[in-house]
Amino acid sequence: MAEEKRIRRVLIGKPGLDGHDRGAKVIARALRDSGFEVIYTGIRRTPEQIAAAAVQEDVDAVGLSLLSGAHMELFPEVVEHLKQRGAGDIPVIGGGIIPEEDVRALKEKGIRKVFTPGTSIQEIADAFRELEPEGA
Amino acid sequence: MAKHPQYKEWEEKTLGKALQKMPERKAEFKTVGGLQLPRLALPKEIDAEYIQKLGFPGEYPFTRGVQPSMYRSRLWTMRQYAGFSTAAETNKRYRYLLEQGQTGLSVAFDLPTQIGYDSDHQMSRGEVGKVGVAIDSLADMEVLFDQIPLGEVSTSMTINSPAAVLLAMYVALGEKQGVDREKMRGTLQNDVLKEYVARGTFIYPPRPSLRIITDIFEWCGQNTPSFNTISISGYHIREAGSTAVQEVAFTLANGISYVQAALEAGLDVDVFGKRLSFFFGATTDIMEEVAKFRAARRMWASIMRDRFQAQNPRSWMLRFHTQTAGHTLTAQQIDNNVVRVTLQALSAVLGGTQSLHTNSKDEALTLPTEESVRTALRTQQVIAHESGVPDSIDPLGGSYLLEELTDRIESEAWELMQKIEDMGGVIPAIEQGFIQRHIDDAAYTYQQEVENKERIMVGVNEFKSQEEVKVPLLRIDPEVERAQVAQVQKVRSERDEQEVERSLAALREAAQGEDNLMPPILEAVKQYATIGEICDVMREVFGIHEE
Repeated sequence: MAEEKRIRRVLIGKPGLDGHDRGAKVIARALRDSGFEVIYTGIRRTPEQIAAAAVQEDVDAVGLSLLSGAHMELFPEVVEHLKQRGAGDIPVIGGGIIPEEDVRALKEKGIRKVFTPGTSIQEIADAFRELEPEGA
Repeated sequence: MAKHPQYKEWEEKTLGKALQKMPERKAEFKTVGGLQLPRLALPKEIDAEYIQKLGFPGEYPFTRGVQPSMYRSRLWTMRQYAGFSTAAETNKRYRYLLEQGQTGLSVAFDLPTQIGYDSDHQMSRGEVGKVGVAIDSLADMEVLFDQIPLGEVSTSMTINSPAAVLLAMYVALGEKQGVDREKMRGTLQNDVLKEYVARGTFIYPPRPSLRIITDIFEWCGQNTPSFNTISISGYHIREAGSTAVQEVAFTLANGISYVQAALEAGLDVDVFGKRLSFFFGATTDIMEEVAKFRAARRMWASIMRDRFQAQNPRSWMLRFHTQTAGHTLTAQQIDNNVVRVTLQALSAVLGGTQSLHTNSKDEALTLPTEESVRTALRTQQVIAHESGVPDSIDPLGGSYLLEELTDRIESEAWELMQKIEDMGGVIPAIEQGFIQRHIDDAAYTYQQEVENKERIMVGVNEFKSQEEVKVPLLRIDPEVERAQVAQVQKVRSERDEQEVERSLAALREAAQGEDNLMPPILEAVKQYATIGEICDVMREVFGIHEE
């Protein structure tokens, strides 16, 4: 059998207090339809809860969705909490209402890819597929 | 031609009375080319079906509008939803909007406020002042409405689970300004049921939430009779992905739940019924939207008159606010959004909205700047003063297509509402995930249509162009959170702690018993108890809802 895809199991998380979960749910379902195993956290989770769930569920990648504007604070915190749990190799992707100039800053803080409104599901699924663990 | 007797009666009684109170804006309304516009265009023959389905504006079933002369007397309220950062910054934006000709205020609160957390709560981190203004205590409200006379503006507040707290703060501030409670006008969103299926700012479980809402109905009926006690909202259900039919069905089903809860609490349907208001979205699909608004009006009129036996025609009226649909805005080629918003706003006006918020072109990327908010407001003013659309009542009424769509939305929505009734009402339907599943499925279908280009979104999946997106950003400085945290801590250190304790204890007692919650909440806010402290008392008694 050929080597399995590296990214198979994905956690979709909604950090902060934002209840706009249409995007997160659509992406969770679309990823499932394209062959991923997906765990969705539900809304209003702390970065710590999301990192803990990622470790406990033994996922290969984390996708974060946030539309409230708190991404600069909360996305990097998820990365930090993953590191603290020795899971710094789990790649994190983010999406939401995120202005272009924040995208660079988020990447510097360890968010591997950032998607803004209008991104196709296909693009997001491909992005997960192409991810490699940190340091690989 | 002899006038139909019912038309004559409408003209003499309903319209005549209304015009005495509120004359038309102009002596005559004409097209740009000088043709006289009729007040209300009618079919050649008024038959029983016309009377039954459409009737006359300001009369049952209100299909053609809730006021007899509609916009010929008074234009809709132009009400831009705004709030960000600190109370002082938002106060500046309000005063700017009022200077620009806006006619009502609409407060956007930040998420911690909406979920009943103080700004220094652990869950508030990163969210303070982001999607709205941070309000921790009466001290922040004093700054938010500085130099704005509460007796002269009407204020809409997008607040749900902690609606009682913000209402109490608003009333307390009004008292400080010397305004009679009876003169205070505004709207509370106060629609918690939709928070469980869309939007997500719930705190308590559904049943105690309904009790709080009912207490607000009762207290406002006796104290602030000009306040709309609830804005039953389809907007967020639509934004979460529902279809137009689902938006109508789930919103009216929620409305039925509130009426039932209030009746069970012993309130008079004709006292609270006329203060219920609604809130819908408007997408770019003009004909479906206009049909939706008309169908919703006709349905609510029958629900209130026939099912709940309300006697006062004002209780039958579905009065609503509209916001243009945020989910249709694109991050690509953002100027196109101005065009989308124009079409959406037009559909709201053609559909007879009572107030309107137009979104700004940059909202798929960031909070709107002052300049883009001004263009959004100007869009409404162009429709109001240049399009001619407001000058004749229900101008599309009688269109074969529109009437057919109106009928179909109505019949499909009734069918869906019947399924909810069969499940025992909205709360069981939420508990079983029925409503959520419908919304999620519709959202997924929509996205798939975009993906495979069955649905064209200009600039997104077709007609794309290479462009450098340069949007001026309204950024919330992280300093805002630190300053707000310092502010709430200062308020706590300066107030009379014993009085706060006493007022919170009284609230706890009321929550455990059956007394109306508004008086103790009002007393607590006057003692500068914070929103977090007040909501915590109710969390202890009522428990919390978890998704």
